[in-house]
Amino acid sequence: MSSIHATSLPTGHALREAIRRRERSAEEITRAALHDAESLQGPLHAYIRLLPERALERARRIDGLVRAGEPLGTLAGVPVAVKDLFCLQGEFTTCGSRILENFRSPYSATVVEKLEAAGAIIIGKTNMDEFAMGSSCENSAFFPTRNPWDTTRVPGGSSGGSASTVGARTVPIALGTDTGGSIREPASFCNIVGVKPTYGRVSRYGMIAFASSLDQAGPMTADVRDAADVLEVIAGYDPMDSTSVDVAVPPYASELPDDLHGVRIGIVAEFEASIAQGDAALAALYKQAYKDLERLGAQLVEVHLPHAQYGLATYYLIAPAECSSNLARYDGARYGRRVDGDGDVYAMFDRTRAAGFGDEVKRRIILGTYALSTGYYDAYYVRAQKVRTLIKSDFDSAFAECDVIACPAVSCPPFELGAKSQDPLAMYLMDYFTIPMSLAGIPALSIPAGYVSDLPVGLQIVAPAFHEGRMLAVAHAYEQATQHAAARIPAVRSEGARAS
Amino acid sequence: MADVPMDINQVSLLARLPLTEEEAQRFAGQFSRLFEFIADLQRLDVSAVHATAQVIPLHNAFREDEIRPSLDREVALENAPDSEGGYFKTPRILD
Repeated sequence: MSSIHATSLPTGHALREAIRRRERSAEEITRAALHDAESLQGPLHAYIRLLPERALERARRIDGLVRAGEPLGTLAGVPVAVKDLFCLQGEFTTCGSRILENFRSPYSATVVEKLEAAGAIIIGKTNMDEFAMGSSCENSAFFPTRNPWDTTRVPGGSSGGSASTVGARTVPIALGTDTGGSIREPASFCNIVGVKPTYGRVSRYGMIAFASSLDQAGPMTADVRDAADVLEVIAGYDPMDSTSVDVAVPPYASELPDDLHGVRIGIVAEFEASIAQGDAALAALYKQAYKDLERLGAQLVEVHLPHAQYGLATYYLIAPAECSSNLARYDGARYGRRVDGDGDVYAMFDRTRAAGFGDEVKRRIILGTYALSTGYYDAYYVRAQKVRTLIKSDFDSAFAECDVIACPAVSCPPFELGAKSQDPLAMYLMDYFTIPMSLAGIPALSIPAGYVSDLPVGLQIVAPAFHEGRMLAVAHAYEQATQHAAARIPAVRSEGARAS
Repeated sequence: MADVPMDINQVSLLARLPLTEEEAQRFAGQFSRLFEFIADLQRLDVSAVHATAQVIPLHNAFREDEIRPSLDREVALENAPDSEGGYFKTPRILD
């Protein structure tokens, strides 16, 4: 039997309602999702590991609650996937790395506990660029993941497995993480909604660290309503993460309008100049998206982010610096892989790290160590932190003129596997439009905005800190009016190779 | 290409991350292109700008100094490559 998901766009909220109305059981939905994930693993390789026993056991528990007429959580019975850097107690968490290949989580991440407490059924852990460093999912130590809209192309990264499985419509919801664009870029590539919340909005406890002042977990979903539901579930203060912020979590899902009257949307002059120099079809697509926002009642205003052009350079000093510090813990002493040092502890550290990390991780550790080293600390790291202040101030000024910003999520549609893997700078440039928001710590999302040569492209909506509701509202109105993702079926569904 | 004043072998020692000769050469070439971008930062006047280490309006996060549940020793050691008598075991660090 092939998936019941094949032709429609299954949303988490639709599945939840079907379970509540007892039209379908959580177990049946979970079985179908597991079966579909397995049959698409060949063409997509979205998962590092599926968790069938755990998932089915939990699904049966939800069905028991339904039969008993007990209250059900927001995500009761909805199959979800999580990026393999979220710890899930008792299960393997590899972070896409050989160095953690056999690591079993002794505890669960707060976001994972919150998802499960809301009734979500975790069906598997998804593939990713090693330690979340990459924009194509080709840096996974295990295998690359492919794009469900064209399996010769990458799904984006680093949350590529999560994007691929939601884009393929195997599950309506996945968790990803975003440090410089790792939710938004793959969401754009795989034709789904991807939300990077405000830094501090969602707990990082139990999430394997890459760059601690930037990392943030967020939903990757079939539609905006699902993203709003998931954000409501995972957001909030967590005493286990001292950088999580105690700001009330609004009911995002109940504040989703269908029009944009009275909303001022900022269009970034510098980004438009940059996009105008590239692919004409992509530039035209974004122009059309802004027109659609205007048609829904929004007022477009021009805003300026004069320092955003320095975002890439700033990010590639700060993120590697934090990475070099965070990844110092992988030394073979306490957990993870150990390569024997013939009785010498330093040889053990050196050999473990040389064998355990892949190319991109090594590059960033070296770069970050350099940026933090004596003699270069002020010239590189501190200067980058100062430019970070300028980038953040630009957004503060822009938001004095507008309620949200609309801008490109990407500078190109999904590219072919191997096209950029030998050229790190070309890969880094993929995050040109997403990095400034990460440095400013503000929320941003990508929403399907149409197609260039039949390949999906996302529009980015950006809001001031802790105003995720505003950005979800704009995205929802745009989605309801345009229905770009719902209008088409992912190519992987029509390719013959898949077992049925 | 930008001239990167980086002694990559020295940095690799600091990072406890030995590189092969091939890796060192390849990375150096790649860094050189990235540093063309990074050089742009030197053109900005940031003398009157404060550094942003983190973006949220938080300072110190204190809590009462009380004992709370934590991982059991056996659980914490389950992932250890080697352990003995309730401790992580590594090659000797002092002669």
